[in-house]
Amino acid sequence: MGGAWTITRKELLGYFCSPIGYVVLVIFLGLNGYLFGMTNLEPGMEASLRPLFGRFMPLVLLFIMPMLTMRLLSEEFRSGTIETLMTAPINDAAVIAGKFLGALLYYMVLLATTLFYLIPLVRHGTPDWGGVVAGYLGLVLVGALYIAAGLLFSACTSNQIIAVICSFVFLALLAVITDWIAMNVEGTPRFLLQYISVGYQYGDFVRGAISLSSVAYFLTGTFFLLFVSVKVLESRRWR
Amino acid sequence: MAAMIEVQNLTKYYGSLRAISELSFSIAGGQVVGFLGPNGAGKSTTLRILCGYQPASSGSARVAGFDVFNQSRQMRAHIGYLPESTPLYPEMRVREYLRFRARLKGVSGAQISRRIEQVNGQCWLAEFINRPIGQLSKGMRQRVGLADALINDPQVLFLDEPTIGLDPTQIRETRHLIGSLGEKHTVVLSSHILSEVEATCNEVIIIARGHKVAQGRPRELGAQVAGQSSLIVEVQAPAAALQAAVAALDGVRQVQVHENDGWLRVRVEPQGGNDLRQPLSRLIQQKGWPLRELRREVASLEDYFVKIVAGQ
Ligand SMILES: Nc1ncnc2c1ncn2[C@@H]1O[C@H](COP(=O)(O)OP(=O)(O)O)[C@@H](O)[C@H]1O
Ligand SMILES: [Mg+2]
Repeated sequence: MGGAWTITRKELLGYFCSPIGYVVLVIFLGLNGYLFGMTNLEPGMEASLRPLFGRFMPLVLLFIMPMLTMRLLSEEFRSGTIETLMTAPINDAAVIAGKFLGALLYYMVLLATTLFYLIPLVRHGTPDWGGVVAGYLGLVLVGALYIAAGLLFSACTSNQIIAVICSFVFLALLAVITDWIAMNVEGTPRFLLQYISVGYQYGDFVRGAISLSSVAYFLTGTFFLLFVSVKVLESRRWR
Repeated sequence: MAAMIEVQNLTKYYGSLRAISELSFSIAGGQVVGFLGPNGAGKSTTLRILCGYQPASSGSARVAGFDVFNQSRQMRAHIGYLPESTPLYPEMRVREYLRFRARLKGVSGAQISRRIEQVNGQCWLAEFINRPIGQLSKGMRQRVGLADALINDPQVLFLDEPTIGLDPTQIRETRHLIGSLGEKHTVVLSSHILSEVEATCNEVIIIARGHKVAQGRPRELGAQVAGQSSLIVEVQAPAAALQAAVAALDGVRQVQVHENDGWLRVRVEPQGGNDLRQPLSRLIQQKGWPLRELRREVASLEDYFVKIVAGQ
């Protein structure tokens, strides 16, 4: 995996120097601040980060994650830097791993900003620490899956707009639409649809529990998408 | 010593389009080699294959002792590549970019700063090394691309049209720089401009429509084609008699006669390297035909190249 970390560092720094990094940061902070303020700063409410970890988070991420990932490979293809990148002594898997980690780390920086919301909770109540840990773990896993999907679509096209739209549609299907259809069908289809639905799998984390099957779901999905991304990157050079 | 670059029967299809076909050549180390051909000849395609960016459809190639296909990663550690469009990251600063590229190419941490200082000196980056790449002019970008190709001190450098889009001063500087690189590295540069290759390269490989048409030192190639120089004669004579008499001379391969404002313009192509000037002037004197011109048209490498470009 030589070289992957070099790419990770470049991408991570890139987010801090690029407009899109700040746009995402501002949207993320604004939305969370708004939601947190709406629900928590009232006497008699429970001391938790539940609004932050609530069911709507996969929806918020649905909008912002494709923006983080759209340029990762599309821009390399568009500008031609893919040629210098891929003729360095580094393999395709390391490129994908490096880009993925770069986006994941930036996303974790975004998440880290929400740690400030814990301050009033600690001062004025006793947070449910198990729930906090489960919530953050869930968010990291959902984010990783979304980034892997976005990276895959970014590897498919040199057009960032197409990449962002495809990622959005794909994630909307995975996160919301499957869940919604599942509620309207019965039996095995319902079970299957629920199984592949991010919304459903994320449910346990919302309730403050860590279920192994959900963790396995997110990890498998993420690795699968990354694997396909590597294959796409390889195949693009064959043409 | 084994050849630094060894290419055998390299063929590349893009879909059904054959970009290069059955290309074979070998290049010894420590030379500046020009890869010359008109646009669309397949120069970039060949360089991309040799750099390990894309695989060939068939054939094999070795660069710096490594198989381009089976030992791609090891091979890539020993090359530097400057693609045709000089792609760079506009948001990065030059020094930051070179550091990134050095790390990516596995230059050890302790060496990186030293290497950056070295390519900084070689490629005259000093005046803009701390500026964002997005603000640089075309010539500056070209130097940054070259510095990147050099950062890992590679055995082989592949430069795809390194002077395209530069102004005359920059072209001269770049050629000078490339010439100096030949002392330490094996340099392969592609170009569609003959004079550029003649000025900088010890060896030329001419390709057209995906085929190799010639390989050799620029001088030798020039002499080889100069042997085919033809004679131009303008006389007043009966066309049929003229044609027959000239064709009957020893060592004539082909005669073409055109009418030109009352004079006959004759183009005589000799067989091999025969010099036909004396026999021809003797013939014309014997016949008593008025003569207004007799000259030898020395085919230059340029003419040869133009012919190739025009499709022979
Ligand atoms: N990525 C590609 N897809 C399809 N055709 C290509 C591609 N790259 C080059 N070609 C075609 O292959 C031929 C050779 O191109 P190229 O190697 O770029 O020539 P040169 O660099 O000598 O100008 C051209 O006909 C070109 O249109
Ligand atoms: Mg080209």
